[in-house]
Amino acid sequence: MIQFSQEKLDKANEIMTRYPEGKQKGALIPLLHLAQETFGGWLDVPVMDYVASLLQINPIEVYEVATFYTMFNMKPVGKYVLEVCHTGPCMLRGSDQIIDHIKNKLEIKEGETTADGLFTLKPAECLGACGYAPMLQLGKFYKENLTIEKVDQLIEELKAAAKN
Amino acid sequence: MKLLLEKAHIEGIHHYEVYRKNGGYSSVEKALKMAPEDIVEEVKKSGLRGRGGAGFPTGMKWSFLAKPEGVPRHLVCNADESEPGTFKDRYLMEFLPHLFIEGMIISSFALGSNTSYIYIRGEYAWIPDILEKAIAEAKENGWLGKNIKGTGFDCEIYVQRGGGAYICGEETALIESLEGKRGNPRIKPPFPAVQGLWMRPTVVNNVETIAAIGPIITMGGEEYAKLGVGRSTGTKLISACGNINKPGVYEIDFNLSVEEFIYSDEYCGGIPNGKKMKACIPGGSSVPIVPTNLLLHESNGNKRLMNYESLSEGGFQTGTMLGSGGFIVLDEDQCVVRHTMSLARFYNHESCGQCSPCREGTGWMYKILKNIEYGKGKMEDIDLLWDIQRRIEGNTICPLGDAAAWPVAAAIRHFRDEFEWHVLHPEEAQTRNFGLAHYADALSPVV
Repeated sequence: MIQFSQEKLDKANEIMTRYPEGKQKGALIPLLHLAQETFGGWLDVPVMDYVASLLQINPIEVYEVATFYTMFNMKPVGKYVLEVCHTGPCMLRGSDQIIDHIKNKLEIKEGETTADGLFTLKPAECLGACGYAPMLQLGKFYKENLTIEKVDQLIEELKAAAKN
Repeated sequence: MKLLLEKAHIEGIHHYEVYRKNGGYSSVEKALKMAPEDIVEEVKKSGLRGRGGAGFPTGMKWSFLAKPEGVPRHLVCNADESEPGTFKDRYLMEFLPHLFIEGMIISSFALGSNTSYIYIRGEYAWIPDILEKAIAEAKENGWLGKNIKGTGFDCEIYVQRGGGAYICGEETALIESLEGKRGNPRIKPPFPAVQGLWMRPTVVNNVETIAAIGPIITMGGEEYAKLGVGRSTGTKLISACGNINKPGVYEIDFNLSVEEFIYSDEYCGGIPNGKKMKACIPGGSSVPIVPTNLLLHESNGNKRLMNYESLSEGGFQTGTMLGSGGFIVLDEDQCVVRHTMSLARFYNHESCGQCSPCREGTGWMYKILKNIEYGKGKMEDIDLLWDIQRRIEGNTICPLGDAAAWPVAAAIRHFRDEFEWHVLHPEEAQTRNFGLAHYADALSPVV
């Protein structure tokens, strides 16, 4: 059964208090973030229904929001999602080469996940790190001023981390 | 002169104690002794213009705020920084969170907002922790919470992450998103100042705008207005990126020349590898791209300056805009067609889909540009692109349509020869770039 731990439930309840009485729906996007990081990196229908029940809104109100925002994954993703920015400013500094390199190295296309379920490559639109391009987002943090060597090193580190 | 980044070099300035020791929160002290309407008056006098991109006078925006009896009002800070080329707000929030929170407290007090929100783009996932720590420290020290410093004013500030949508930088889409909905912009009027968040009177301001409020209160609106040139008052943060030696965030005076900004070591430090500059987008990806000769000089031959008026001199024929201050430089080896294609893909991805000219037009432009870039373009495609962008501009609920149309229009206006070369040499265009064009005739009429 889909349910937050007591700690996460307390967090969810605290978030809901940030909105005026009767306006708790405002907490929807923060709660979807919490749900996605808790339940395997994507939002399955039962997960969205659970969020709807917490906010006492109709499931459709959750679906329509979840499908609108890029950060919410509507299908399973790898353990590590490499979101490489490929908008203008990053392109000027070599993001195309970074994306091609990851594709070749991991033998996946854009949007795909490796067979071992470790990596998903997701080209991203501008992430606000244009001065530190090329870059990628990995979970909560950015990896900036990328080079082919840095990408190789990152992938090796993540593979090693996954084994432990 | 540095107003915002003055203390950025001080170690540990993101901690409350260090910030306070260096004069932090004295502007809040001063503001809390003033009448809220006097604060609004100071901001009006300062001439501060919204730093998010539109450049609307902040004091005027504040004075539009409706104050019906018994209805709560809200201040919402737009930290949904998503305009390609722009990363200045991130810098402020990451490194000077207390400067920003100071501005939030003063602005909330001036506007009578007891609950204020900071709506930050979801991808800046580590920054809410920094802001929430600063807010907690401010609260511990009595600058937030109930009856702030005995004034009887209560205020809470909350940070909310978005879900990854450029459109939520548009203020009514941001409000929808804050209410837990899809980020579809609203039809205006009513404006947020009358019916905004939960249909309550709301002011939405950019991070840099809010951060400037503290210095304005400290020095007084008139002194602030003396800095700068004409209607460009104060200072501006510029986030510089692309093919330059020193990408980063710089605080500039409005009388700085564009040439000095690009080539001096104090700022961008010139173009790497001894290359020449080909073109520049000085105000975030939505503003027109211009070739170097038009960027550096106004039509009267004077040096162009880094301010609202000078950058837009000549209109879209020969000028551009200061916008958000996202300064993107392209060197001689960059391909304008490919760059424009990348921006078209961005706007296609980010269109909310509400208005058909934008929803359909952005996809259509992206497809055509992709064809031209990959050697499948036809000469009439260039005119078709021009026609599509013209039909998007001004025909949508929000400015995303214009923002998608302008980069395409400007690229064709100034670099048509490069598009034609792609069409005429489809195979060669896959192996090399057009290079540095000659723009001697740049003032000739457009398509």
